[in-house]
Amino acid sequence: MEIKVVKQIMEWNEDVSAQVRAELSSHNICLINVMGSPGAGKTSLTMKLIEALRDKYRIGVIEGDIAGQIDAETIKGMGIPCVQLQTQGACHIEAMSVQHILPLFDLDGLDVLFVENIGNLVCPAEFDIGEDFRVALLSIPEGDDKVVKYPLMFSTCDGIVLHKYDMLPYFDFDDKRVEQDVLDCNPKARLFRVSSRTGEGLEAFLTWLDGKIAAKVKG
Amino acid sequence: MHELPITQSICSLAVQEAERVGATKVYAIRIKMGEYTDYVPVIIQEYFNVVSEGTLAEGAVLEIETVPATLRCRACGAERRMEKFRMKCPACGSREVELLTGREFYIDSMEVETDDGD
Repeated sequence: MEIKVVKQIMEWNEDVSAQVRAELSSHNICLINVMGSPGAGKTSLTMKLIEALRDKYRIGVIEGDIAGQIDAETIKGMGIPCVQLQTQGACHIEAMSVQHILPLFDLDGLDVLFVENIGNLVCPAEFDIGEDFRVALLSIPEGDDKVVKYPLMFSTCDGIVLHKYDMLPYFDFDDKRVEQDVLDCNPKARLFRVSSRTGEGLEAFLTWLDGKIAAKVKG
Repeated sequence: MHELPITQSICSLAVQEAERVGATKVYAIRIKMGEYTDYVPVIIQEYFNVVSEGTLAEGAVLEIETVPATLRCRACGAERRMEKFRMKCPACGSREVELLTGREFYIDSMEVETDDGD
């Protein structure tokens, strides 16, 4: 016989992401989900953001990787609390993983928590980890067709960073095409052109980021 | 690869429902899946064949129906199929649109066997 079910398949992750969001909100912590391909420069950009914002906010980082500790050690070297999340092969971070890691931080001593997601333009887009907002990186060497090829990733984020922007003269990367593709798939997203190496464009991105963080941290 | 935890969720939800109605076997699980999602049905079925082993849902077929992505335009009121995942009204070109359907992902119904031979 046929039975009617109507059960949300992602409910397990959505329930936990709501708990993470509530826990962080009770401490006025802003969680930023940073996503992008391997090598897009997530760690480099995060380090620049830490340098610029550390006098104003108390910052923590969760570094997601399939294996290794390299990124976490780099961040810890800056004197920033950081936990390496090793997904043991999984291609994304789930809300449950973040929930398990939160007790490792002194939440009363934090304002901002960056989560550097697994380098991947597909899977992380489907998983709400309790973030306040999402930032996706697209670096110039990756090519200008990525927004069209991975629409879900770029349609679910609030800010998009064209990273390694100083590399533009060396690649056939059509900047205007990407701008149009972003407008098509996510008209509400803000687009930034940034080079962490030269500092170009960082200020505009920081101003936007700071505005979003301040709105959350000050409750 | 993100299909694995998702498939585990499908299996455990199906088994829970089967137990709730006193079913002895699950033959089919009918799933509605929005077009604007990043799940691959074939992979889900493959994972399911493994994760359902030894459960009431072992051997069940996943009938995954794709729900088209549609938009409603706030400017002209049109409700249309989304084109190339663009948040843009196919009728008037306005970007003042909202996604109506296309992000669904749920078990809609199941075909089960119960002891009374149904």
